[in-house]
Amino acid sequence: MINLLQIDFGFILEKVILISVIIGISLFVAMYETLVERKVAGWMQDRYGPNRTGPLGILQPLADGGKLFFKEEIIPNAANRVLFVLGPAVAMLTAMMTSAVIPWGSQMEIAGRTVQLQIADINIGVLYIFAVVALGVYGIMIGGWSSNNKFSLLAAMRGASQVISYELPMGLSLIAVLMLTGSLKMSAIVGAQLDSVYHFFYQPLGFLIFLVCAFAECNRTPFDLPEAESELNFGYHQEYSSMKLGFFLFAEYINMFISSAVMATIYFGGYDIPFVNDTNLAASIGQNTTALLQVLSLFVKIALFIFFFIWVRWTIPRFRYDQLMNLGWKKLIPLALVNMIITAIVVLMLNK
Amino acid sequence: MERLTDKAKQVDRRPMTFLESLYLWNIAKGMGITLKHIFKKKVTIQYPEERREFSPVFRGLHVLNRDEEGRERCTACGLCALSCPAEAITMEAAERQPGEEHLYREEKYAARYEINMLRCIFCGFCEEACPKDAIYLSETFAPANYQRKGFIYNKQDLLIPHPKENPEDYKRAKGEIENRKK
Repeated sequence: MINLLQIDFGFILEKVILISVIIGISLFVAMYETLVERKVAGWMQDRYGPNRTGPLGILQPLADGGKLFFKEEIIPNAANRVLFVLGPAVAMLTAMMTSAVIPWGSQMEIAGRTVQLQIADINIGVLYIFAVVALGVYGIMIGGWSSNNKFSLLAAMRGASQVISYELPMGLSLIAVLMLTGSLKMSAIVGAQLDSVYHFFYQPLGFLIFLVCAFAECNRTPFDLPEAESELNFGYHQEYSSMKLGFFLFAEYINMFISSAVMATIYFGGYDIPFVNDTNLAASIGQNTTALLQVLSLFVKIALFIFFFIWVRWTIPRFRYDQLMNLGWKKLIPLALVNMIITAIVVLMLNK
Repeated sequence: MERLTDKAKQVDRRPMTFLESLYLWNIAKGMGITLKHIFKKKVTIQYPEERREFSPVFRGLHVLNRDEEGRERCTACGLCALSCPAEAITMEAAERQPGEEHLYREEKYAARYEINMLRCIFCGFCEEACPKDAIYLSETFAPANYQRKGFIYNKQDLLIPHPKENPEDYKRAKGEIENRKK
């Protein structure tokens, strides 16, 4: 009883505020990703993209969202109603959950407290990310299954097999990074790169494999087989309408944002400001300003990754199913294994 | 067989090497192309602000012509209605009364003249059939309407503005027609 009374309410408040801010930012970023996606798609096809709603089309995401909200909510007769609603909810939830372990900056001093700009610095950070990403396929599976539609089910099966196949090389490529840092903690992984060489330069092949797998995990082109508009009529969200469809699409964009953040964190130094010594900077302009600059730096890296995601989407056609499986099992896994073994040998030799 | 051009390319059917089967180089090439397109000039015409010019032979909405003094040229001979393959034109003739010489050029005129723009196929046969140069197709098109009856254009809608009372509108309506005749 006495222990219960000793709850640190400041701590709870701090985390609640941090969580709401991060969720808000994720939603905002996802919203504007849709606009950027359409803009970049336009530019790559010699068009302008949406530019009528507000200056330069700034209000387009609001208009799109408003449209989705006002559409009729349809649940097919033959669908399993509970699972049908659960599908988009799970997709959204798992998309958001990964952001918990990403360090968005170092610490700030607010009202005498040292606030870590990370929701939970758990010692199995990388494993947690894997677990949540693997959960993400449940959104697709449940959505596809409960629609009671052949195309949706087919798409869901594709999605599940794709995510499982590409999780393997993703994990193997990460093991090499974990050998370098010796820790699963996200903060430790960033700490190892802070004011030092980014993991990308030690692990270019590992990064490449991770990147390809991240594309597959996000169901983005060229790996968008689960939604394949032209073959499966939009795949697992075929029967969905209104904001339930919006949730699925939104979850996809949040996934893109989060996986960009993960890639930036693991391979490109996370919140480290490039070409600047962060500790010296903190000493000269104060810890809080430095932390904000670090958050900005991370977001610039994320923005570049998001642009890359979009760039690839509007360049490459979708893989055939057999190409997808061949690439995953016969190309990426052997490459990831070789990369892992070489890293292991080099790490052992240097430790001597 | 003798080749007509040297553009035909032998298809390479060799199995892909391991590096090729990762598709990396080809993807990089493709991304280079799309990146180049980002900086290219956009082909979009921003419609309400910018408009593409019609071709000089464009056949649009009909105009009933007047002569230099602003008298209607149409004599309701019915040749346009006869030539019309879509049967879009109807008219009623009337005789010119004394004192109406400033309104109608000849003794007979069209009291009612209607073109159904939903039937019209804008072939321009009416313009070719007209012996009096009274009808021609302009460089505008029929604007959208909510009702079918809005597409039945009567004489008031079709008649060109008066050249003396409203010279600017007349000039604009006349448009490129003079150039086209040459």
